Amino acid sequence: MRRLSVIVNAALASRAFYPVVWLACLTPALLLGWRVYEAFTGADPSALGVNPTETLLHMTGRDALSLLLLTLTITPIRRLTGWNRLQSIRRTLGVWSFAYALMHVTCYVVFDQLGDIAGIWDDVANRPFITMGMLAFSILLVLAGTSTNASIRWLGRRWQRLHRLVYVAAAAAVVHFVWGQKADIREPLEWAAYLAVLFAIRIGLAVRKRRRAVQAAVTP
Amino acid sequence: MILKTRTSADLPWSEVTPEPIYRSRREFLRTGVAGITGAAVAALAACGTAEVAEAQTTLASTPNPKYVATAADTLNTFEQITTYNNFYEFGSEKGDPAKYAGKLTVKPWSVKVDGMVSKPGTYGVEDLVDFKALEERVYRHRCVEAWSMVIPWIGVPLASVLNKVGPMPSATFVEFTTLERPSEMPGQRTNILQWPYVEGLRMDEAMHPLAFMVIGLYGKVLPNQNGAPLRIHVPWKYGFKSGKSIVRIRFTSRQPLNTWQIAAPNEYGFYANVNPNVPHPRWSQAHERRLPNFFSNTPTQMFNGYGDQVASLYTGMDLKKNF
Ligand code: HEM
Repeated sequence: MRRLSVIVNAALASRAFYPVVWLACLTPALLLGWRVYEAFTGADPSALGVNPTETLLHMTGRDALSLLLLTLTITPIRRLTGWNRLQSIRRTLGVWSFAYALMHVTCYVVFDQLGDIAGIWDDVANRPFITMGMLAFSILLVLAGTSTNASIRWLGRRWQRLHRLVYVAAAAAVVHFVWGQKADIREPLEWAAYLAVLFAIRIGLAVRKRRRAVQAAVTP
Repeated sequence: MILKTRTSADLPWSEVTPEPIYRSRREFLRTGVAGITGAAVAALAACGTAEVAEAQTTLASTPNPKYVATAADTLNTFEQITTYNNFYEFGSEKGDPAKYAGKLTVKPWSVKVDGMVSKPGTYGVEDLVDFKALEERVYRHRCVEAWSMVIPWIGVPLASVLNKVGPMPSATFVEFTTLERPSEMPGQRTNILQWPYVEGLRMDEAMHPLAFMVIGLYGKVLPNQNGAPLRIHVPWKYGFKSGKSIVRIRFTSRQPLNTWQIAAPNEYGFYANVNPNVPHPRWSQAHERRLPNFFSNTPTQMFNGYGDQVASLYTGMDLKKNF
């Protein structure tokens, strides 16, 4: 374990680490973009399958959710392993999650609704599964918008509190996934279970921290 | 005993008609002599690519001139129709039926006919379907998920099948049950739906000349993933009303409880007529995606465009309540 930590910390400290993370986040979008190009130009009409918009919604939705849950996994891993440099990519992953959510919502607005505001509003107001998606997306929008160093400085302590909303966004996205299914909710429930584990770890860590603080206070 | 006159498992690949040739033949029928050269060229080109997707036996039929492809309703390809569909018996992903249905045994096949009927019993496909009367009909298939495809089915009017077994006047509904065989249908090893799949129609709906008993598509015997060997297509209703791989036909005086209604009664009703004014709780039905189009930009037509023929079945009925 100790040797592994040395290797991991060296990798995290390497100058290649950040570009690799960035490239890993970008690649699915590039591949998907290429398939959209092929399908649209007719170079390969079936590049996105028989129902291209469904393919796009499913791919971008899963990518957004994966990155969001990965973002939330960083802190527990860091706390449990002490690989502190991981922290530096948390914001990157979070912003990339927003980027995929933006592609997801754009596909919905452009291909499903043809930009019809009344149709979109009808969905957001009347279909709980879309309402949940919109809640998740709105939070991600605000968090991505306040992810700059300037915002962190400007918001000070409030920044942390605001950015705890990421947990609400993750929960809303998972509910959106579950409610979006016709009958087979086995896969979204797996995602929900993973989110529950993340919540449990976080609560566990918070309890431990509080207990230590209490202990520190009573032992002079 | 089923389809024995026509199918043969060891049919040579060369006898299978690839879709481009099929298409060009149809084109030829329509365009006459002028089409010959084009058809020949297309045929040659198709022969070059001998990797025929499906070893499906050809099935002869007469096109019904009332139901043909039009400029607005162009046919989807054989590949699209046979690789993207819902058939939860094989899994809930659209690719699952094509992936897993190959293992399904459709020979021999028997259909149990019971209930309020004068000739109950067990029938083979060829007992129920008159192979000499096979016709091809191009129908638009509208899924409840707001997408649609145009499909050249082969079959006979459902009424001709039901009349063979003599429904009693007291029968006001007919129920269709899909095969339950978890060993060959992996979706049935889960409880995502209640098995076996059950669907039903009011008797006058089932006897309507549009209701079709399907045993083939694109000039071939129906591929397993599309509901072989025997399925229904009711083109003015959402796709889930059209049961596949049917093993039982039951006549009754009580409205059957269909599987999707059992699964989510607020989302799926008994009638399930295509209706732009009644949204599904999770999406609007006002528009549809005509696959493989990206855009959901085609206004949904009442009764899927077959209103002139079927609207009279529902006069005086509140279609919002009976969704
Ligand atoms: C205004 C906001 C949103 C709208 C209108 C929206 C809309 C949709 C639609 C129409 C589907 C397709 C349902 C289907 O065809 O089965 C979908 C699926 C999905 N969405 Fe969203 N969405 C939104 C936000 C989000 C966000 C923020 C996330 C994740 C962070 C997300 C993740 C997903 C996932 C995971 C799926 C399921 C994909 C699958 O079934 O394979 N969505 N969404």
